[in-house]
Amino acid sequence: METGGMPSERARLAAAGARATVAASLSNRPRRDVVLNTAFAGLLFLAVMIALAGLAAILVQAFIRGAPALSADLFTNMPSTLRPESAGFRPAILGSLELIAGVILFVVPVGIGSAIYLEEYADKSKWWNRVIEVNIQNLAAVPSIIYGILGLGFIVRGPLDVGFILIAGSLTLALLVLPVVIIAAREAIRAVPDSIRQGSLALGATRWQTIRRQVLPASVPGIATGVILAISRALGEAAPLLLVGATVFITYDPTPLERFSAMPVQIFQYATRPQEEFQTLAFAGVIVMLGVLLAMNSFAIWLRNRYERTW
Amino acid sequence: MNARTGAGAVGDVSRRLQAPGPRYGEKVIQGLLALCALLSVLTTTAIVIALIEPTIDFLGVVPIEEFLTGTEWSPQFEPPSFGVLPIVAGTLNVALWAMLFAIPIGLGVAIYLSEYASPRVRRTVKPVLEILAGIPTVAIGIFAVTFILPHLIQPLWPGELLGGAEKPFMALAASLGIGLMVVPIIASISEDAMSAVPSGLREGAYAMGATRMKVATRVVFPAAISGIVASIVLAISRTVGETMVVLLAAGSTPSLTFLPNEAVQTMTAYIAVVATGDLSTGSLDYKSVFAVGTLLFLMSLAMNLLSIRLVRRYREVYE
Repeated sequence: METGGMPSERARLAAAGARATVAASLSNRPRRDVVLNTAFAGLLFLAVMIALAGLAAILVQAFIRGAPALSADLFTNMPSTLRPESAGFRPAILGSLELIAGVILFVVPVGIGSAIYLEEYADKSKWWNRVIEVNIQNLAAVPSIIYGILGLGFIVRGPLDVGFILIAGSLTLALLVLPVVIIAAREAIRAVPDSIRQGSLALGATRWQTIRRQVLPASVPGIATGVILAISRALGEAAPLLLVGATVFITYDPTPLERFSAMPVQIFQYATRPQEEFQTLAFAGVIVMLGVLLAMNSFAIWLRNRYERTW
Repeated sequence: MNARTGAGAVGDVSRRLQAPGPRYGEKVIQGLLALCALLSVLTTTAIVIALIEPTIDFLGVVPIEEFLTGTEWSPQFEPPSFGVLPIVAGTLNVALWAMLFAIPIGLGVAIYLSEYASPRVRRTVKPVLEILAGIPTVAIGIFAVTFILPHLIQPLWPGELLGGAEKPFMALAASLGIGLMVVPIIASISEDAMSAVPSGLREGAYAMGATRMKVATRVVFPAAISGIVASIVLAISRTVGETMVVLLAAGSTPSLTFLPNEAVQTMTAYIAVVATGDLSTGSLDYKSVFAVGTLLFLMSLAMNLLSIRLVRRYREVYE
């Protein structure tokens, strides 16, 4: 404001005063606020650190305690109650593989089929479709031990009465993870934009042709991610298997029609034995499982990031 | 004449647009798909069928008032006593301490990721934490009994408080293990709910001079509250249904207590222990498994319906 030579003393003072007022109201927050704010941010950061430290502790402890027993014998030796130095996981590993094969055979067609029906055909205004929907959401949160009771009271004994065999365990696990697959597949199908369907229908394709050739190929990555996550859940479940007869010390390679064992159940049984050697064996089993599960989950995440399209 | 040709042409076109025949294949496919969806309803029906008959048989021997209000659970004694309260208390005991650990940590992580973290940190931390949710519960149970109990609880326990912490099994060990396991559930769902709060609300608060903490606690948190509550209900439901961790770490002594340093038996642990032994189908012990299962199923059903309702309400607000 150089109206005549030097800026007037009054204008200079006024500008300085205004600047000070603005600066004070904008930056000089009350001390209490600053302290509180920093403390709060610190607490939040601490929460994240505690969660991450817990995860790290689980992984590191399993590795340190289990490493001495890690060897190829783990995969080839039969379990033993007497000689921990030569005991292994062979029937349990085979049992888990067969269980999972059964789960895949059941869950992939049924899960995807349900998802297609609910997303592409079901009329949401009909009460029975809403019942199916709420029912699936509810089943997803039913405790796994209740599925064990279902397996025991309906499949092993009761109406189906197949006995304590591997197929019963496989079916129990499949029913347990079915809601997970349905929910993931529905989300993947819903993400395919309607314009794709309309384009296909306008060219004369039938409803099923549209689903088969347009909707499903576009939603494969999402569905595959859901299936992998469901399988990794089934692989880690022990509680329902305890109820459908996953007995532990079987010393033969189980076929689908025999009593069976599974990895998490075998680990549990080794862990409950007091001798140090069996504990080591349990930790070695945990390492094997964590390795497989981490690989599967990372693959699922990679798949999702690599192929997921935003339309 | 002209009009007739026009009408004829229209007729031809519409005839050509019709399908050449009724598409039975399409109907069959739709029917098969509907059957798949129906299978999930059949699963629920099968659960109910599996539970109901032995439960009714059991309640024919043990009156329902005695079952629900009895304070003595000793099926192995002679005469046996089937008052379910001690194992219900065991379940609630573990759930109580698990939630006291998991809710603050889970919500802390959620607020940090949604309001404080840079997008890059969020993209790394969220999947890493989700690994925690994918660790087999057997592994968590072993961790609880061989690490949390001897290396965290026992050294840090303040002396003789509540009678000391010398027991080899303890509700608190299971609680902390399960708590760690459900942190990602609370964090992930709550973070989704917080991220769904429109940024206009945040910007408005910042413009009024609110600090980051005020925005997080007074604006975002209340706006996302139903999603947050739903995540907590889901976590409680997971905790109540968890079996392997309590089987390994909480012990197998039914006791009517809410002290964290006692050994307790939960409903799930009872089911697992009894059903694993070779029981004859007709025995009262065998049937008691189904009665406890029915109670557990009803408890989880109530919580699930509550959480489904809450999630729906929170969805209605911003979509």
